[in-house]
Amino acid sequence: MTVPVLILGARSDIARATARAFAAKRHPIQLAARGAEGLAADKADLETRYNVEVTLHDFDALDVAGHEAFVDGLPALPGIAVSAIGLMGEQAENETDPAKAVAVMRSNFEGPAVILGVLANRFVNRGSGTLVGISSVAGDRGRASNYVYGAAKAGFTAFLSGLRNRLAKQNVHVVTVKPGFVNTAMTAHLDLPARLTAEPREVALAIVQAVEKSRNIIYVRPIWRLVMTVICAIPEAVFKKTSI
Amino acid sequence: MQLSGWGNFPKAEARVSAPRDEAALAALVAEGSAIARGNGRAYGDSAISPRNTIDMRHFDRMLSFNPATGQLVAEAGVMLADVIDAFLPRGWFPMVTPGTKLITLGGAIAADVHGKNHHVDGSFRACVDWIDVMGPGGEVSRCSHEENAEMFDWTLGGMGLTGVILRCAIRLRPVKSGWIRQQMIPADTLSAAIDAFEANMGIPYSVAWIDCAAKGAHLGRSLVMLGEHAEPGEVPPRYRATPFKATRHRKIPFPMNAPGFVLNPLTVRAFNAAYYWKGARQKGTRIVDWDGYFYPLDAILHWNRLYGRRGFMQFQCVLPQDAAREGMQRLLSAISESGQASFLSVLKRFGPQDSAFSFPMEGYTLALDFPRSRAAIALMPELDAITLDHGGRFYLAKDSRMPAEILAQADPRAEAFAEWRRDRGLPASFASLQSERLHL
Repeated sequence: MTVPVLILGARSDIARATARAFAAKRHPIQLAARGAEGLAADKADLETRYNVEVTLHDFDALDVAGHEAFVDGLPALPGIAVSAIGLMGEQAENETDPAKAVAVMRSNFEGPAVILGVLANRFVNRGSGTLVGISSVAGDRGRASNYVYGAAKAGFTAFLSGLRNRLAKQNVHVVTVKPGFVNTAMTAHLDLPARLTAEPREVALAIVQAVEKSRNIIYVRPIWRLVMTVICAIPEAVFKKTSI
Repeated sequence: MQLSGWGNFPKAEARVSAPRDEAALAALVAEGSAIARGNGRAYGDSAISPRNTIDMRHFDRMLSFNPATGQLVAEAGVMLADVIDAFLPRGWFPMVTPGTKLITLGGAIAADVHGKNHHVDGSFRACVDWIDVMGPGGEVSRCSHEENAEMFDWTLGGMGLTGVILRCAIRLRPVKSGWIRQQMIPADTLSAAIDAFEANMGIPYSVAWIDCAAKGAHLGRSLVMLGEHAEPGEVPPRYRATPFKATRHRKIPFPMNAPGFVLNPLTVRAFNAAYYWKGARQKGTRIVDWDGYFYPLDAILHWNRLYGRRGFMQFQCVLPQDAAREGMQRLLSAISESGQASFLSVLKRFGPQDSAFSFPMEGYTLALDFPRSRAAIALMPELDAITLDHGGRFYLAKDSRMPAEILAQADPRAEAFAEWRRDRGLPASFASLQSERLHL
């Protein structure tokens, strides 16, 4: 079934790879991001490679009041919507600058949760659809190195879990994606271990497969499920003294 | 990070940046000593600059395709494999492709690569309509045969030393299937192999694998492989409904650097003899799929690890037509006498070539690889000298070790290229370990 796929936060490396992976399966693509006209080359790329229809849509995840109008403005209600919205921020800045912390919290939780909530209601009315939220392993347990980002992702993960529970009987499916480390612009300044680091294309293919197979929660590299199980199992009294 | 070319030699500590847009790219170029790098398939040090190597693989968008002309406009980081994935199902194939599809378009242009059809279609340049090149100040100029023609000429084969190739328009070739009609001609001697090439100049693809370990009466024994795109009716029955669809080859990863003893003169000799006799039994015509025909080594990921941690050297020269028979005989004798048989050796007829600094010329090219052993390193100057004696020249995309004097003697165009670069103040902006070694 080649339903249209909406990619929210379409400028990120994971979003671009995801758009390609769905377009390769002949889905029409709706790319949504701030300053969408800047995505003209990505639109051309998807059209040229895959011969699919691609539309560009201005979308500000933080303008939650405008989300209903944004969905109204789409050429068709998508069959699949993927939120790749996110902002890593700098933990040190988030600790001292409330405005920066709020931006991270809103970008990783409030914005994505509100737009997926709006789409969820439309999907329920139609009686079908799949919502994909790209969350993070950072949300599995708060750590000193990135707990503001992690807390927002934890909120998003919980939101997706609840949404999935609510919609399970209404033929609307929700996929939670926890990519682990990914080699992207967001992490270009970090020195990441190769075995734990996925390429954006790997994340994209995992997402397409999760949608096709109606998976609930996926870790892109299976080793992350183990890593996070171990991290979550450490008693708090011990955990608080570690620096992971 | 530590960086090397496909031959795993030389290795150098280099700062590598991977910009995502033109502004970030321009800022990097402004820092000087920049060299653009694609998928790292040049064998030596062509795409390494310790101070400023620029990974272009984020520039990977295809921008337009015109089915009336077959013209594809794409960013320089798009790989040939992506082009095939996107367009072979619609009946288009690259006009010119080297023996790997895992190269970027920018790299193909910078090295002006050639394929099995050089004798008919020429080098990659023949399919390039225009290129956009970023200069030292971040300015971008469109270059073609008509517009900025001098820049176009030097950039094709200019090894990234004229600027950063950003975008290009290339023409694809319409094909009727993804299959190749291959004709295998066993040739017992070098002379017979050359005769086979000369007798089949009208066949679009031709290449010969040479058994470099063969001696005496068998010196230069080869399997000459000719190829043409097959008609839909020739496609094997089980694939006939989808004649463009690839038969999926499983990719076999080569797990680690092989220990040094795996490739020694004895195993190489045994492999080459076995390969020849296996091929000789396949004499005649067969229908084979495009991936196995054009890209046999791509099926083994990281095949360069076969040569172990020390890496390997490629030697590729071309000899002009009138000197080719005698010169190739001498090269092969020298190799065979040294006992340093090359694991994979390829002979190919080139057609005429008209360009400023590209490698090919009308004649014969020989490509060899050697592990970086002391004996093989000692053999290189001998091969260089024979090439010079016969008016030949060398392929920079394969080079990792040539002295500047040898290049200067072999190719007077090198000094002209260096002078052209100096006149424009380019050496400070664009440089690689290779350009410094070869004084380009």
